[in-house]
Amino acid sequence: MGKKRVVYYTNQFFGQVGGEEMTNQPPIIKEGPVGPGTEIHRRLINAEIVASVICGDNYYSEHMSEAKRVIEKQLIQLKPDMVIAGPAFNAGRLGMACGDVCATASESFNIPTLTGMYEENPAVNLYRHQTYMVKSGKSAASMKKALDVMVDLANKLLSDESEDDIFQNPGMAEKLFSKGIRVNVFKEKTGAERALDMLLAKLKGEPYETEIPLPTYDRVEAAPGVADLSKAVVALVTSGGIVPEHNPDRLPAATAKHYCVYDISGINALQAGEYESVHAGYDPVAANKNPNRIVPIDLMRYLEEEGRIGKLYDKFYSTTGNSTSVADATRMGKEIAADLKKNQVDAVIMTST
Amino acid sequence: MTLKIESINVRHIQLSNCTVMEGQTLKVNTEALKTILLEDPRVADVTFDITQPGDSVRILPVKDVIEPRAKADGGGFPGIVGDMEGTGSGITRALRGCAVVTTGPIVGFQEGIIDMTGLGAQYTPFSQLNLLVVHVTKAEWVAPHEHEAAVREAGVKAAHYLAAETVSHTPDAVEQLKWDSLTINNGQFPELPKVMVVYPCMSQGLLHDTYFYGLDSKRIIPTLISPLDVFDGALVSGNCVSPGSKTTTWHHQNNALLKECFKRHGKEINFIGVVLTPLHVTLAEKIRNAEITGTLVEMMGAEGVVQSQEGFGNPTTDLMMVCKQLEKRGIKTVLISNEDAGVDGRSESLPDGTVEANAMISTGNSNATILLPPMDKTIGDLVSIERITGGFSGSIQTDGSLLVEIHGIMGSHNLQGTGTLSAITR
Repeated sequence: MGKKRVVYYTNQFFGQVGGEEMTNQPPIIKEGPVGPGTEIHRRLINAEIVASVICGDNYYSEHMSEAKRVIEKQLIQLKPDMVIAGPAFNAGRLGMACGDVCATASESFNIPTLTGMYEENPAVNLYRHQTYMVKSGKSAASMKKALDVMVDLANKLLSDESEDDIFQNPGMAEKLFSKGIRVNVFKEKTGAERALDMLLAKLKGEPYETEIPLPTYDRVEAAPGVADLSKAVVALVTSGGIVPEHNPDRLPAATAKHYCVYDISGINALQAGEYESVHAGYDPVAANKNPNRIVPIDLMRYLEEEGRIGKLYDKFYSTTGNSTSVADATRMGKEIAADLKKNQVDAVIMTST
Repeated sequence: MTLKIESINVRHIQLSNCTVMEGQTLKVNTEALKTILLEDPRVADVTFDITQPGDSVRILPVKDVIEPRAKADGGGFPGIVGDMEGTGSGITRALRGCAVVTTGPIVGFQEGIIDMTGLGAQYTPFSQLNLLVVHVTKAEWVAPHEHEAAVREAGVKAAHYLAAETVSHTPDAVEQLKWDSLTINNGQFPELPKVMVVYPCMSQGLLHDTYFYGLDSKRIIPTLISPLDVFDGALVSGNCVSPGSKTTTWHHQNNALLKECFKRHGKEINFIGVVLTPLHVTLAEKIRNAEITGTLVEMMGAEGVVQSQEGFGNPTTDLMMVCKQLEKRGIKTVLISNEDAGVDGRSESLPDGTVEANAMISTGNSNATILLPPMDKTIGDLVSIERITGGFSGSIQTDGSLLVEIHGIMGSHNLQGTGTLSAITR
């Protein structure tokens, strides 16, 4: 079997094209390794850097989509097994370019990619989810240390070591920025054993590591109150899983990743037998008997008639809020809000179960 | 109080015309058992299946799993089968290595999956047991809430019947558990930290209830209980929160966390008590339960608590509120929780949190998706996967394999700490 193919990325400076005066250089391709790539190339096992892509820092940050397009085209021809970029240290523009090239290659070609940078480089949080990122020092003075880890990691990945092996190897894991991805593993001890171990450590004041980090949430400030409800268009949104009978849009019973929108213009109340709950997280008997208990269209029509609200919006939104991940819920929330805003809805009543 | 659990190891189950242990084979008289279960007018028909570890068999939708148990003097599941008197003491017979599984559709949504072989088998403790599957068909007039009760009770009755009928067989092992008065418990091992377990149980409505001495846990407030009662059938699951995180009756009977506390009692900890805490729906109830739980634990003089869990989402709020109460009172607390980190593992893991929750055990990301290989035989109804937590429209692949979130597998991330599944960040 031939050697595995690696493509290397760096900027004009490390790529020895020039200094700040060449910062607007569009991407160019050179055969074989350049700059720090030469050292990487020398130490790769059964692999070689077949080409290097060099791009000016300013060019990449100012023409990101164009630079990306050109590099993607090159990668199609070069057919690499891996892309290595940088290290970028604390250089912001180079960090962004390295992160972006790696993320693009990982996503488009499904190959391992790796780079390295300093913890305060803004590209760390933007790209660490999409590529392996080695922790480096602030400046090129720490080049050797960074390259040692990058080469070691590259050789591990090229010899098909699994991500599990890499992240479960404490020696390697601590040298990488975490990808921030929760992955299931079977541990040696049961949950009960680990719970007692952790409690004993906590009681003795010994160090222990929580298995679930404390959550942090994106807090949204409440919008100001509606000045005049009698002129407002009000919509109903529910996480209670109410759908037309037989669930035509296949809303799942739990962990929903989509929501459904149903037209209720001309409907004065939801009828039992025409709508049902598909939510697996609560007793649906009462909801099925009277779906208005979850989506109170009957009451809203009454308020509409009384003139207490301007109008009930013609559609209601429904999803199942049951074991939905915070990320999915946030995305759906944003999408629903945007749609409501576009349709000039002034206020929303959200019903949960 | 002393509870003696005599156990018989069951290696095979055989459908038969008499119920008896022959060697390590449990023969089951299906006609006799059916007659007993049909005594309930809500039950129109009962059929049985058996399966054993390694079989190419998939069971779904599974409602509950129950270990066959009976008291030597008749009872076994207080408030459901037999007397309440004597629970948590005396002699209890247990058939290990086997279990009763109830199945059959109730209301709109369905329960979990047990695969007896392949990848899915690794995620459920029930793939290691010989299973007697009981399908209950309800009488036509039976309403949903009654239907659930009929299926739940049928499972318990079947489990009781098997153990009661084989009570004359010589046990393979005897385990003796002792539980003392508060005075004795608190006075012993002064050098060891006093530890309690807070034991939340789902109490949220149809298919989301737990029964303590037959009492619907929706109607209880947090209460001190004897762990021996838990091992002796006092807690029965009527719950279908999510197959992965629910505490089945089997998980109550074999509570891993309580067992671990007994194991370390007198060596590393002084295990002084258990508070059973209902997981209710409304905020006012949650506040009340957290407050009472905190007070009970403080009154007992505990220094440390492990709080287990049942379900996810709404009960995560209970978990956090109780944790806050305990830590506020200076009681060091460890929580057991699963995670809903999304299919790609990139989401925030929990829908609620508090800064006091700084010591958590993860039983895994329940949204993680796995492909279960096709099985030769399905016991139950494969199409119900669409209505199972963790399943979805499109779960069934053309070759018969199933794409599911591990949520859908019975006991995959049980929150009494039964299994070894966990999650790490990479």
